[in-house]
Amino acid sequence: MARINREELEKIKQQNKALITVREGTARVHVIVHMGPCGIAAGARPVLKAFIKEIEARDAGDVMVSVSDCAGLCSQEPVVSVHCGAEQAVVYGKVSEETAKEIFVQHVMGGTVLERYRIEERAEQ
Amino acid sequence: MKYYRSHLLVCAGTGCVASKSLAVKKALEEEIVKHQLEDEVLVVGTGCNGFCAAGPVMVVYPEGIFYQRLKPEDMAQLVEEHLLQGRPVERLMFTDPARKKTIPRMHDISFFGLQELRALRNRGIIDAEKIDDYIARNGYFAVARALLEMTSEQIIGQIKESGLRGRGGAGFSTGMKWEFASKARGDIKYALCNGDEGDPGAFMDRSILEADPHVVLEGMTIAAKAIGSHQGYIYVRAEYPLAVSRLRIAISQAREYGLLGQNILGSGFDFDVEIYQGAGAFVCGEETALMTSIEGKRGMPRPRPPFPAYQGLWKKPTILNNVETYANVPPIILNGAKWFNSFGTEGSKGTKVFAVTGAINNIGLVEVPMGTPLRTIIYDIGGGIPNRRKLKAVQLGGPSGGCVPESLIDTPVDFESITKTGAIMGSGGMVVIDETACMVNIAKFFLEFTQDESCGKCTPCRIGTKVMLDILKNICEGKGAEGDVETLEDLSVTIKNSSLCGLGQTAPNPVLTTIRYFRDEYDAHIKDKICPAVSCTDLIKFEVVSDLCKKCGKCAKACPVFAIRWEKGQIAFIDKNICTKCKTCINTCPFRAIA
Repeated sequence: MARINREELEKIKQQNKALITVREGTARVHVIVHMGPCGIAAGARPVLKAFIKEIEARDAGDVMVSVSDCAGLCSQEPVVSVHCGAEQAVVYGKVSEETAKEIFVQHVMGGTVLERYRIEERAEQ
Repeated sequence: MKYYRSHLLVCAGTGCVASKSLAVKKALEEEIVKHQLEDEVLVVGTGCNGFCAAGPVMVVYPEGIFYQRLKPEDMAQLVEEHLLQGRPVERLMFTDPARKKTIPRMHDISFFGLQELRALRNRGIIDAEKIDDYIARNGYFAVARALLEMTSEQIIGQIKESGLRGRGGAGFSTGMKWEFASKARGDIKYALCNGDEGDPGAFMDRSILEADPHVVLEGMTIAAKAIGSHQGYIYVRAEYPLAVSRLRIAISQAREYGLLGQNILGSGFDFDVEIYQGAGAFVCGEETALMTSIEGKRGMPRPRPPFPAYQGLWKKPTILNNVETYANVPPIILNGAKWFNSFGTEGSKGTKVFAVTGAINNIGLVEVPMGTPLRTIIYDIGGGIPNRRKLKAVQLGGPSGGCVPESLIDTPVDFESITKTGAIMGSGGMVVIDETACMVNIAKFFLEFTQDESCGKCTPCRIGTKVMLDILKNICEGKGAEGDVETLEDLSVTIKNSSLCGLGQTAPNPVLTTIRYFRDEYDAHIKDKICPAVSCTDLIKFEVVSDLCKKCGKCAKACPVFAIRWEKGQIAFIDKNICTKCKTCINTCPFRAIA
């Protein structure tokens, strides 16, 4: 650690932004990977890891990824839902590591919904 | 950037550590490694979460799920279900005792939901030992503004406009205090922090120091700039080892970033802080005694004037503010005076932290807007009185304060309203008293404390409190005489008027308020030789009251010397030849049938 000035103070705050988004729930986008036993069996864990890797690689401190229980769509697992603010969540089915990356780049960062992986619109927590 | 998808904040404040939260944390970390989740989830030991009665507690983000009364053996299920499968574990959640319903999220629990966290805004949400966590929550941005953009007058102007009053007890205007010291002549000035929290049952300052030590350093630096000081001392009692250790870590981290030391943030302003550990004398919480103690002498007060703003530590202009007062300063600088005084009452702005303890369900640390009725704190946040007992009084302000009776439970908690009841706001100790407590005995307890802690320098406090205590002891032992209450009142007035420092000037308060509201209990002790609360051993007959006895036999089973004879369906009988007056039966009887 070295002596800092005001700009560096701001930089430290930005580097630790994820702390705030996770603990205060102030994320711009919230990605939920559904993790019932069915989801895990279908490969939800590598999908989750793929999202974490993307956030880390892009320093996307305003994006949050978390896990949730089975979404009740076991035939479509792994299921991922993307929440942007108050907008209705977009639910993707049969997500693979590669699709996860695509969803992250196109939808989470770019704002474009990937209709071809989409399975259903539903408001959920 | 390293990203953790889930943050598990385990309380590592003194209360939860005492209920073995560190063992829980260790078991949690082991389970996380077992499931290879150590790269995805982060375990943090925080300062006091506030809900000490439910400890050990943990909050899991991003969901904000509150887990309580955790045991190391719960961790396997918690990791497997919550962290791996995203299915929070219901059996470890808080249950609303009234509605018998589990409440998963912390903010939906009324203990938390009704609080307004300002001085405690970082409690339980950051790692107290990481300066970067503090910075992420806007830490040190107030110092940046104060040092780089504001003049001393502007800082003082903001603090004065905010209406911030000292949180240590007397409630003096913080801005005025700073203004006096700023205008006092002298090239060396000191900014001191009072962390000598001594009231029985109070732990507000300790919790701030343990949960958010940097906020105190930041507040002190801003104060230093306002008065033109370059050296600060934090006076903290040695009985707070965790607070001292976290402060040490915070100071060394702040120095490494250059947030303490020379030329802070390139502003040209120098300020550094040292810790001075007190040995636990209550009188050292008094400002002049505290300064005398830092000077290396025996901690005794001296007459004022001269006031510390002109001649304080080593006879130099000095300000002394309480831990909680400093914790309120950075947000005022960042958000403005108007933001601060949007909460509170006419004369009492902002929020106040209380350590709620005694006969109450949700023992813990509570921060509420000034003006919140006592009833809200005791019933809505505190969850009411346990064991189906009735509330009798609330003791506010520790040994310097007084008892507010149940009939005044709707009193708003602010400086003016509390003073009107005869108690004081004090530093925030709030001891809840139920019907089983004897108010004469309570007065005696607090006077025993102040009498013991009196430094002995002035006669009214040294001898006056001793004489008062002797009278109270006599009353409790059934040796009270007609006129005792009047003598107590007389002595109280003299001691209040003639003592040298705040300790003596306030010591009679617990006696005066109990006489004011519970005179009938004093009279019962003195005239009828009865303790209505069945608490003073010498005034208890140790006889079973036939009308109240439900013949349950619990007393007979509890008696350690087999002095109680009981048969099924029969009223119990206490053999006084065997009875040792230990009061186990009285504490056991659900019907209060022994008198």
